[in-house]
Amino acid sequence: MSGSATGTTATGAAGSELITLDASELAAKLAAGEVSSVEVTQAHLNRIAAVDGDIHAFLHLNAAALDTAAAIDKQRAAGGKAAETLSPLAGVPIAIKDVLCTFDMPSTAGSRILEGWIPPYDATVVARLRAAGLVPLGKTNMDEFAMGSSTEHSAYGNTHNPWDLTRIPGGSGGGSAAAVSSFEAPLALGSDTGGSIRQPAAVTGSVGMKPTYGGVSRYGAIALASSLDQVGPVTRTVLDAGLLLDVIGGHDPRDSTSIPDAWPSFAEAARAGTRDGSVRGLKIGVVRELSQEGQGFQPGVLQRFHESLALLEAQGAELVDVSAPSFDYAIAAYYLILPAEASSNLAKFDSVRFGLRVTPPGGGTVEQVMAATREAGFGDEVKRRVILGTYALSAGYYDAYYGSAQKVRTLIQNDFASAFSVCDVLATPSAPTTAFKLGSKLDDPLAMYVNDLTTIPANLAGVPGISLPAGLATEDGLPVGIQFMAPAREDARLFTVGAALEQLLVAQWGGPLLAQAPALV
Amino acid sequence: MSEITPEVVTHLAHLARIALTDEEIARLTGELATIVDSVAKVSEVATPDVEATSHPIPLGTVMRADVPGQTLTADQALSGAPERDGDRFRVSAILGEEQ
Repeated sequence: MSGSATGTTATGAAGSELITLDASELAAKLAAGEVSSVEVTQAHLNRIAAVDGDIHAFLHLNAAALDTAAAIDKQRAAGGKAAETLSPLAGVPIAIKDVLCTFDMPSTAGSRILEGWIPPYDATVVARLRAAGLVPLGKTNMDEFAMGSSTEHSAYGNTHNPWDLTRIPGGSGGGSAAAVSSFEAPLALGSDTGGSIRQPAAVTGSVGMKPTYGGVSRYGAIALASSLDQVGPVTRTVLDAGLLLDVIGGHDPRDSTSIPDAWPSFAEAARAGTRDGSVRGLKIGVVRELSQEGQGFQPGVLQRFHESLALLEAQGAELVDVSAPSFDYAIAAYYLILPAEASSNLAKFDSVRFGLRVTPPGGGTVEQVMAATREAGFGDEVKRRVILGTYALSAGYYDAYYGSAQKVRTLIQNDFASAFSVCDVLATPSAPTTAFKLGSKLDDPLAMYVNDLTTIPANLAGVPGISLPAGLATEDGLPVGIQFMAPAREDARLFTVGAALEQLLVAQWGGPLLAQAPALV
Repeated sequence: MSEITPEVVTHLAHLARIALTDEEIARLTGELATIVDSVAKVSEVATPDVEATSHPIPLGTVMRADVPGQTLTADQALSGAPERDGDRFRVSAILGEEQ
């Protein structure tokens, strides 16, 4: 970790109380003048200084965080129009996944090949955060180029799960999820190609949301698989996810896949979910292929999943049994489409325009320099997927592999369409198991890939999905996530049903699930 | 459908411009064979009557108005270059000696 923004001022008890507040609570205190952004930011920097040695969520800290916070405080203190135009989240700190370009901080995507690279521009989502007055705390760890489910494929070391430091924080966005769940940041940004927002949220007890494909700009997000990638929020509450999506979402002319529609307020959709009767008559489809024993699910995961559904049913929601037989082929299709697109996207790392350059002993042609650079700069998982993708796209195999995978994609879309003809949202566990031990799946790529079973279908079909905490598994005391999915463009439904369930569960637990996490200091 | 041999992996590595070591080629040969066997199940249901989907949300070709605007300066564009020569990216020889 580099940067020197942690400072030395102890904030004492007031500071440690500030880090436990969620973003909407911080926003209210900031707006009421009860606390300054400098105080809130300093409290989080202190927390990072205290626990990130154990967690390792951050790759880089923003040395200008307190300056940014002071500028927001000044704008608020000035009153009048300057204060009135502040966005609801102005002054609230946020962590940013290192896959997103930031003009003032290195952006490595967890790869050695981009070590120290500072982009000449901001990703659109980062520019929108800054314009809304959020305070970037730093950049978070991730699997190299977002390839992985455990963050163990980062070139910069493992991130540890705050619930049990010997376990994975999920991946690829393990850094963002660990930062939020260890109270180092109230908000974070992630990216989700096959579950990289939702699965880390599930195994750390936080909330992660993948918007509809095209709902959030990807300009300045270092591309993994362009037909699957989507940027989204990582938070501790459903309302916070809605507030953050309201800031980063919406049309961007710089992204040709950006949907040019107007979107409703997702924060409002979340607030609607907490009102009486919000789920009465809601039809929740329970996907038969992803909710039963014998499908690789840990019993404690299924138990909490079905208990959550029962809570919603007691509030008047209707559970509908739906079948999606093509989901059985989703992982196979995904691990052809993703490597194929990644092998093409990663061709830009050619040692010419940015990043590492390694010249072979005695010199070489530009091609030999490229090959030596990519050998030295890419990790094992990236090499594995680039070679696999090159194979899947090569003449003679294209139809059998990439072409067939694209047909499976159609079948999966058809399954979603047929399911959504009889229900409003779909529900599955967010991940088949709780957080596994660091190192336990590194030697078996297929075992790691199977972990994405429940999250991949949404990416293949472009539909939105949210994961929120459903409780702790009885067998290991670790967080379990429940996932809801909605038809494309119907993201608001996820915030409504998510906030409704969250309210019921928090009442049952007597407070947020993360209040039960072990103390780190 | 396991036709992955060390020669195939060597060829793929050349196409992908990655100078894999012999040890990596040996390991990847085994791993790729296992992965390809597993993902080949897509052909079970990908029958000729099924259309392919390339993008999940269909959008037409997106065009913008052709108006001049602010772009990166040469210095900004070259700010991450491993090597530069004036306002250009500098690379080593494109052709080998025998070419």
